[in-house]
Order: sequence, then C-alpha cells, then structure tokens
Amino acid sequence: MALAENSGETRASIGAYLLANLREYGLLAALVLIMVFFQITTEGVLLRPVNITNLLLQNSYIIIMALGMLIVIVSGNIDLSVGSVMGFIGALAAVMIVNYELNWLLTIFVCLVVGGVIGAAQGYWVAYWKIPSFIVTLAGMLVFRGLSLWLLEGQSVGPFPREFQTIANGFVPDLFPAGIGESLAPIFDARKVNVLALLTGVVAAGLVIWGGLRQRARDAAYGVEGEPKPFFIARITVISVALVFIMFKLSTFRGLPNVLITMGVLTIIYAFLTEKTVIGRRVYALGGNQKAAKLSGIKTERLTFLAFTNMGILAAAAGLVFAARLNTATPKAGFALELDVIAAVFIGGASMSGGVGKIVGAVVGAFLMGVLNNGMSIMGIGIDYQQMIKGLVLLAAVIFDVYNKSKQG
Amino acid sequence: MTALLEMRAITKTFPGVKALDKVTLSVRTGEIHALVGENGAGKSTLMKVLSGVYPAGSYEGEIHYDGQLAEFRDIADSEAKGIIIIHQELALVPLLSIAENVFLGNERASNGVIDWNETNRKTVDLLRKVGLRESPTTLVDKLGVGKQQLVEIAKALSKDVRLLILDEPTAALSESDSQALLDLMLELKAQGVTSIIISHKLNEVRRVADTVTVIRDGTTVSTMDARTQAITEDAIVRDMVGRDMAHRYPDRERRAGETLMEVRDWNVWHPEHADRQVITNANLTVRAGEVVGIAGLMGSGRTELAMSLFGRSYGQNISGQVWIDGTQADVSTVDRAIKAGLAYVTEDRKSLGLILEEPIVRNVTLANLPGVSSGGVLNENEETEVSEKYRRAMNIRTPSVFQKVMNLSGGNQQKVVLSKWLFAGPEVLILDEPTRGIDVGAKFEIYGIINDLSAQGKGVLMISSEMPELLGMCDRIYVMNEGELVGELTAAEASQERIMSLIVTE
Repeated sequence: MALAENSGETRASIGAYLLANLREYGLLAALVLIMVFFQITTEGVLLRPVNITNLLLQNSYIIIMALGMLIVIVSGNIDLSVGSVMGFIGALAAVMIVNYELNWLLTIFVCLVVGGVIGAAQGYWVAYWKIPSFIVTLAGMLVFRGLSLWLLEGQSVGPFPREFQTIANGFVPDLFPAGIGESLAPIFDARKVNVLALLTGVVAAGLVIWGGLRQRARDAAYGVEGEPKPFFIARITVISVALVFIMFKLSTFRGLPNVLITMGVLTIIYAFLTEKTVIGRRVYALGGNQKAAKLSGIKTERLTFLAFTNMGILAAAAGLVFAARLNTATPKAGFALELDVIAAVFIGGASMSGGVGKIVGAVVGAFLMGVLNNGMSIMGIGIDYQQMIKGLVLLAAVIFDVYNKSKQG
Repeated sequence: MTALLEMRAITKTFPGVKALDKVTLSVRTGEIHALVGENGAGKSTLMKVLSGVYPAGSYEGEIHYDGQLAEFRDIADSEAKGIIIIHQELALVPLLSIAENVFLGNERASNGVIDWNETNRKTVDLLRKVGLRESPTTLVDKLGVGKQQLVEIAKALSKDVRLLILDEPTAALSESDSQALLDLMLELKAQGVTSIIISHKLNEVRRVADTVTVIRDGTTVSTMDARTQAITEDAIVRDMVGRDMAHRYPDRERRAGETLMEVRDWNVWHPEHADRQVITNANLTVRAGEVVGIAGLMGSGRTELAMSLFGRSYGQNISGQVWIDGTQADVSTVDRAIKAGLAYVTEDRKSLGLILEEPIVRNVTLANLPGVSSGGVLNENEETEVSEKYRRAMNIRTPSVFQKVMNLSGGNQQKVVLSKWLFAGPEVLILDEPTRGIDVGAKFEIYGIINDLSAQGKGVLMISSEMPELLGMCDRIYVMNEGELVGELTAAEASQERIMSLIVTE
C-alpha cells in the first residue's frame, strides 16, 4: 500500500516537472522530430556530410547575432538594425580590403570596433535618453541600409583575398597524422576520416555527460530538486549522441569548419556570461523588473548601453562572416535578416517583455529555423510556402509559450 | 430583516488544493458585512465565486441571492444583478477622465455616439453622492488613490448597485481618507445599499460592520453580530489566527546607542515640476538600536523623503547632507547609498521591490551579488545556502527557495524583500509601510524582525500610515506634513491625538 502511494507520488512529480519545463524539452524534441522528418522526406540528403557542413555555414551569422539579440531581448529591448549593420560592416570590409587594399587582419579589427561604436551609439539613446529601442533601431536600420548603398555606390564589391575567405569557408586542418585517419576510414566505411573532428565530437560529448553528472551531484548535495532521472538520461543521451553523430559526419567530409569553432566558442562564452556571472544575472533582473533592479543598486542604464554595444560587435562579426562566405559585399546583404534573428530568439523561448530566455534556447531556435529552410529547399518547396511555414512555426512557438504559462498559473 | 445573499456550503477545489471547504456566508439586506481572515484564508476566492469569475458549476454549494438560486456565468451576469466588486488594485484607466471612467463599458450613448452632456451631468450627480469635489473632465491620473477609490464607488453606483463588495478599500489610504471612505459606506447603507467589506484593519471593521464573518483556512470560523454582542478586536484576531494574541506588538528592550544616521537640511524638488518643493529642510537622526517612525498623511512627502535619501531615486536639485557613523556619506546613487550602509524597503513591493517572475534565491541576492560571487562569477551553491539561511531565519513559508516569488503570499513576499536588504548588510534600514497588505500573523513576525534588527544595533526608520503600529513599535516619531518635519515625539509623549493635532495645526 505504502509502496503504491509512493510510486503515484513520483509519477505526479515527474508530470509536474515536465509541465514546468515543457518548453525546453519541447524545443529539443521539435528539433529532433523536424530533422527526422526531413531526413525521411529528402531521402537522406539532409544529414549527408556536405549538407550538414552547408547547414552550419548558412546559419552561422544568424547564430552569432542571436547570441547578442538574446541579451538585448532579455534586457527588455529589441534591435531591428542588426541586418543593416551586418550589411554595412560587410561593405566596409570590402571597401577597405578590395578598394584600398588594406591588411585583412587590420580590417577585421577596425570592423569589430566600428560595430561596437554603432551599437554604443544606438544604446546611448535607448539607455540614457529612454527612447524606445524599437524606434532607435528602426532608425538605425534605415541609416545603415543607406550607408551600405552609399559606401558600395550601389555595386557589388569583391572578391576577397583567400585568407579573408577562410574565416567563413575554411576548415581546421587535421592535426593528427594522415595515417590514423586512413586506417580508421575502412572501419566506418568512409572515404576518409578527419580524426580531429571525430575526437572533438567524442570529447564534447564526454564533457556534456561529465558536466551534467557534476551538476546533478551538486544539486543533490544542496537539496536542490533537479530533473527526474529518466529526463536527465534522455536529455544527456540525445545531446551527446547528436554531437558525436554530427562530428562523425563532418569528419568524413572536410572536417571542422572554422566557423563552427567560432560559433561553438562564442556560444559557450555567452552561455557562461548569462548564466554564471554577476553581469548576466543583472541583465535578467533588469529585464524582469527595471525599477526593482534600479532600486537594488543595479546600474540599469549602463547595462542597457553594454547590451547594445555587444550586439553591435556581434553584428559586425556576423557581417564579416557573411561577406567572406559570399566572397563579395552587396548592398542587399543582410536585408530583413534581423527578423530571422529575432524569430530564432523567440522560438528559443525568450519573452517579449524581457527577463526570460537562454542562450542555448536561442541557438537551438536558430538551428530549428535553419533546418526548416534547408529541408524545405532540398524538397523543392517554393519560397512562398517556406515563408508561410516559417511564420506559422514562430507563431506556434509563442502560442505554446503563452498557453504553457497560463497553465502553470 | 431578510437575507439578501446566502452562500451555502461553498466548496472550491483547485488542482491539489481545497481553497474553500463548505464556507457559509449570510448577508442581510441593508447591512455592512465584514469578511476578515488572514491572507490566503479564502476571502478573495469566495468573492470570485460570488461574482462569477469562477462560474456556476466550477464549485460545489449554492448561492441564493434575493431569494432565488443564482448561477452566475461571468462577471457581467452578476453585475446585471447589482453585485459589484471594487478590487484592491483599482481598475481605472489613468488617462481617461472621471466621467469616461465612470461610464466605461456602460456608456450613455445612442447608436454608438456618446452623449457627453448626459454623461457629464450624471457624473456630477454621482460625484456629489460620493462626496468627491472634482470636475468630471479631470483625468483620473491627476487624482490621489483616495479619490480614485471614490471614482470606483461612483462607477459602482452608476450601475444601480445592490450589493457592493470592497476588497481592502483602505489599504492604500491615509487615515483621513480612510475615515471619509468609511463614512461614505455608512451613508450608502442609509440609502439602502448592502455592502461586504474585506479588511485587515480591525478598528475599521469594528467601526462600520453590523456583522463580522471570520474565515480561516478555507472554512467559516465564526459569525459575530454587533447587535447582539460586543465585537472586540481581540475576539476577531483570536478567530483569525486560531490562537490568543495577548500582545499585538512584541516586546523589545529599548536602548538607543550612538547617533548612526543624521540627515541635515534635506531639500528636494519635484522630478517634473522644478518649481515645486517636495521636501523642505528636513533634519532627522536615527541612533543605533533605535526604531524611529515617520507619521503623516498620504502625500505628505514621507516616501519622497525616503526615496530621495536612497540614491536620489526621487526628485531633482536635491541638497543637504547625510552622515552615517560620523562621516558624511555619499548617497548620490543607489549603489553608493547601499555601500554607505543604507537600505530602503519600498512600500510597493510588487512593482519596486521584487522580480516576481524569478525565484526567491535570485531575489534575495539581488542587492548584493558580489557577496555570492568571486571575480564576477556567481557561486550558485553559496547563493542557495544564503537563501536557505534567510528562509529559516525569516520563516518564509515556501516549499523551496526556487519557488517563484509571484506564488508567495504578501507576507512571505515582504520577508523576501527584507531578506534581500538584510543580505546587503545595511546599518540603517528605511522601511516604507512594511506591513501594508499583510495579514495579522505575518505582521507580528515582521515586527519581530524589526525588533531583532534593533537588538543588533541597526537603526530603523519606519514609515507607516497605521498610527497604532507606529505607537506600538517606535522609540521616537517624527510627524511630517506637506514636505516638512513638523514635530518630534518620544514614545512616552506620542499618541494618536497628538500626532493628528501636529498635522492639522501646521
């Protein structure tokens, strides 16, 4: 009798836990489902090594900007100018490198600084003059769109030197002797294997498992109610298997794209920054209740200013990657891209009113949109339907959020 | 006299919780019926059942209204029968005029075109009835809370109210506004309006109520009839908390030490109207271990004084000096004020004190994140330990410190705000209405916390609109009126009459 009651209680608490965290599991499950769906409908094209590589390259600049946008949105603001800023920085890089033949490293440095200044200029009006960020960045969107046109004089400028192109199109060379890769290849029935990529996958998966277990042990020690065991095992398994799988696929093609390293490192840095540091915590407090944050001694203006400055730098980084990938700067580059970035953040679970959202969510949200784009394109679905479907996915994600919240009361 | 309303054996269950358990409430025609109980006892739920927020069928039991079985589907349904609730949080549109608010949703119009002459004329009549001398075209924004309350009542009267329900109507009102409102209730009673008043202020309940029903833990504990028995506050409190409360204010050994904080010649001007002086030449001292009160009417500048001291969070062109522990303190920004040893517990905890969406842990450490981090990196284990420590010390009732603050009751929320400021390690705490909207039991606990602070040698500056509270807690009381400190009374010489006379003679 006592036993039966006990197990009933456990089931209820698992149900309650699922309900409270439905959003996070739902997002992960949706990504997996969509990938399975397209893997079937594209007859295996989706997960071919070359397509996975493409998928990463195509979405890299969205993800880089989504990191900054998540912080801006959590702080209770929005930045509509990132697509234009990205285009403008690409144009600036092209003019500096191609027209003026300046050193490409110097150019990258100058572009990141200019991006930071642009972000700071917009952040200044939002933070210290209390002008709504929607208005300031809407103005910025127009101004920088115009500036790109002016800078490029309406023309496309390119191509870039090889070194510059590698920031987007390059791959990390296999550090291990070629012999190891060649001897491994027959085991996996592959033409070749990039040992560095494969090893990175295995190590990353190992770190995920180790980190997860450590967190769990710590939660238990402090009496924190962590996730129920079945969920923990399922989540960790999905993530680590996916990591190894993707890295394996990459290893049989050209190895690790440079951009993937950039993305991965930035994601880890920003996840740490938002979740584990004082400044990150203060951003959430600012977005959650600006007045209460201010009365708790938090310099809310400075934080807002920094959020926009950071966004500018990341938009510049994305602009460099974008220009390098296309090997040319065009006046149309980055057009309407801000909407994809914002959509990714909201699909990832951020709240329009601020204070809620996670870096990992934004990255997964961006990938989800990326897989949708890629899968539908391979299937030959027209751009008209693609737009509609993406719009409905965004709406569905937000409706899900609102419904979920009302259910939790 | 017959019963206008009879709620019989009302039971309302939420997933996992029985909010109401066979509650009975009987309200006679033409009486003022007080409904009292601690926060979370079920008063609001009961009123939601009555007004149709929880429609018929979602609860068990029967409601008989005006001799008939009533099954309200929604608020519109109950309003059509003349049952009107005025909530604690007023539901007025600030940027519309009084007249527009009074007839909102009930516009005097033909074919969708509003008849402004009739709207304004009727509003003038209604305003006269509730004793509010304002033009119907005045924006609600420009009125104080007390006057806004009157507009709400005028709005209720415009709908031919038969049963008026007031949820904590005087919680945000000053002493004189509260008295005016209670007088109005008595006058409406004379005109035949039946009302239910939910209140924590037992002296008010005793003054106006014909019948008192006490609810505790979702059940009706007792119903007292003022015509057949004398109702004492002690009797009500006993039924509310289920125990005898000999002392409303816990005892404290009073021993004031050295001067801890001194404010000299403090002047503050209004943040938007630079020519309007809000605080004039305020001088005050707080000694170690002393609890100092600031009495005054709503709008007398008490909150403005406190907030301007705390990092210039209010006002402009601020001049004057603050001395803490014998040195002049820099209180020019909030974080400097915190470093100087000040803490300010706001009167408006929901919008200024807490991040409701976040868990207790994150609220407790917010004002002192460096205290749980090293090199800018948070130590979440330490953070949890700190919160657990305050949860135990303050007796915050919650299943875990990871509970969102929005799910806590008012008293527990206030304890979270206090924990946040204690963790910031202040020397002087300014408490602005520390027990507003909190039930009797939690109030007693908050008083205990204040006494502990004083025993530790902290200085406490306490602003309150409830004079008995100031008289019961403070060593000294400053009286404030129209931005000036007009008097200072020691505990021995202070009384309600003396405080009031200081306010009115100035």
